[in-house]
Amino acid sequence: MTTAPAKAGWRFRQPSVIPGFGLTLGFSLAYLTLIILIPLSGLIWRSAALGWTDFWAIATDRRTINALEISFGTAFIAASVNVVFGTIVAWVLVRYNFPGRRIVDAMVDLPFALPTAVAGIALTTLYAPNGWLGSLLAPLGIKVAYTPLGIVIALIFIGLPFVVRTVQPIMEEIDKEVEEVAATLGANRFQTIARVLLPGLAPAIVTGFALAFARGVGEYGSVIFIAGNLPYKSEIAPLLIVIRLEEYNYAAATAIAAIMLALSFVMLLVINLVQTWSRKRYG
Amino acid sequence: MADPEIKSYAPHHESQSAAVTESRPAKAVLMIVTFAFLGIFLLLPLIVVFNEAFAKGLSAYTEALTNPDTRSAIHLTLLVAAISVPLNIVFGISAAWAIAKFEFKGKAFLTTLIDLPFSVSPVISGLVYVLLFGAQGLLGGWLKAHGIVILFAVPGIVLATIFVTFPFVARELIPLMQEQGNGDEEAALSLGANGWQAFWYVTLPNVKWGLLYGVLLCNARAMGEFGAVSVVSGHIRGLTNTMPLHVEILYNEYNAAAAFTVASLLAGLALVTLVLKTLLEMRYGAELAATRGH
Repeated sequence: MTTAPAKAGWRFRQPSVIPGFGLTLGFSLAYLTLIILIPLSGLIWRSAALGWTDFWAIATDRRTINALEISFGTAFIAASVNVVFGTIVAWVLVRYNFPGRRIVDAMVDLPFALPTAVAGIALTTLYAPNGWLGSLLAPLGIKVAYTPLGIVIALIFIGLPFVVRTVQPIMEEIDKEVEEVAATLGANRFQTIARVLLPGLAPAIVTGFALAFARGVGEYGSVIFIAGNLPYKSEIAPLLIVIRLEEYNYAAATAIAAIMLALSFVMLLVINLVQTWSRKRYG
Repeated sequence: MADPEIKSYAPHHESQSAAVTESRPAKAVLMIVTFAFLGIFLLLPLIVVFNEAFAKGLSAYTEALTNPDTRSAIHLTLLVAAISVPLNIVFGISAAWAIAKFEFKGKAFLTTLIDLPFSVSPVISGLVYVLLFGAQGLLGGWLKAHGIVILFAVPGIVLATIFVTFPFVARELIPLMQEQGNGDEEAALSLGANGWQAFWYVTLPNVKWGLLYGVLLCNARAMGEFGAVSVVSGHIRGLTNTMPLHVEILYNEYNAAAAFTVASLLAGLALVTLVLKTLLEMRYGAELAATRGH
């Protein structure tokens, strides 16, 4: 592993007395390649093999476009809601002391631990017209279950811990003196939060948004029960992939998957740039 | 990331002067918003699961649990977790050793690749194996000729589960082992231990709580995975149905009580996971220092 330097002074790795580099790196790379890289390259290879005309026909199919719009749109709304409430939850958990804080804090991770199918049927039962919340909302003319609103609800559930767990540690690091200085200089509490604290939290909030959004776009299990799954109206992109697979239409399934991967990649790239920018601007 | 003091997780409630905290009404509003939001989005769904599971009484609950299809779903879920979790533990330890103990080119890129499965939709995680092993897949013909069945059988389910739970152990161990440095291992080696002994008697005890933490999360996801497994399983009742898939089938058959009965087992698993996770964070917070914050 350490042999064959490409040029003088170039080393693949720094020398170390610790053994096992070749074995552990070799095994890790082999495992990674077999389980992740080869299957994912297969997807890219298959979609490339489709040819541009076929790919374009699938990509511009009305049903595909609607499904992608629904997936990305609902994930965007849910992540935005989570940014607002997730930041408030994180603030309360970090700054306020109240009985049961530890339990509430642990509860935030529930969406990580609860299988998505369980969350899906529970939320559907809750928001169905005869459910605990659905029956309260029905007289107001608000339908949640079996509509795109239901998708948003499921994605809020799924995405919440991403925002809280990204923002919380940064809030804990905030130096109280900064707030005291702001207050001494005559800022009221609202100004201190809006002008001093939030800019410092912005990169973490953007990261939390990105994680919640990315997870929401790909989410399947919790959504399909509550969505109603009407083509063109409440059918998410991952479900359309499953439907195409069940029709043995591998080409369409592959193309939609490739589009989803590419779009998520672009989104994350943009958010990464925004993050770098806000870090530079606000330190 | 590195400073354990910051991660101690105690609330900052020492002597808050009025200038650096919110007014009482503002505080009250924020607390109410938090409790209402978490109550509606987290607590209510959890209560619904258990309420529906026991809606028809205890005898219906036990009857649903002893159903042969349910039992085989439980067996399959345990089997899949028993295969995929240990494999990911071996990978996680191996990757963490290579990445944390050595400096080499391309390390950051490798670390990014390990996280890749988290940014892929579960459905796509299943799809890639269908494209590889399916009848129209790249290896489909060869597999059929040799009589090897991967898709719509246990091997496919295991592979999809490994894919989605792939990063959990590695991403817990890498920052932890990086933070601990190589000093302990170097001391052990200079005292005459061989590499294996240094790992077994020095590294492993140092990272055991972090490892347990990663395994806990890995296992919860392995037993609860739905999307990826759903794509590769073929939904053959009593054969390739894991617990989450069985929940779906029962629910779609309008057998809500039975669906929620199986769901309540999974919810129980989630609660146990959360309790153990919280205990680990409380007791060994410092040793998990690197893991706080995601």
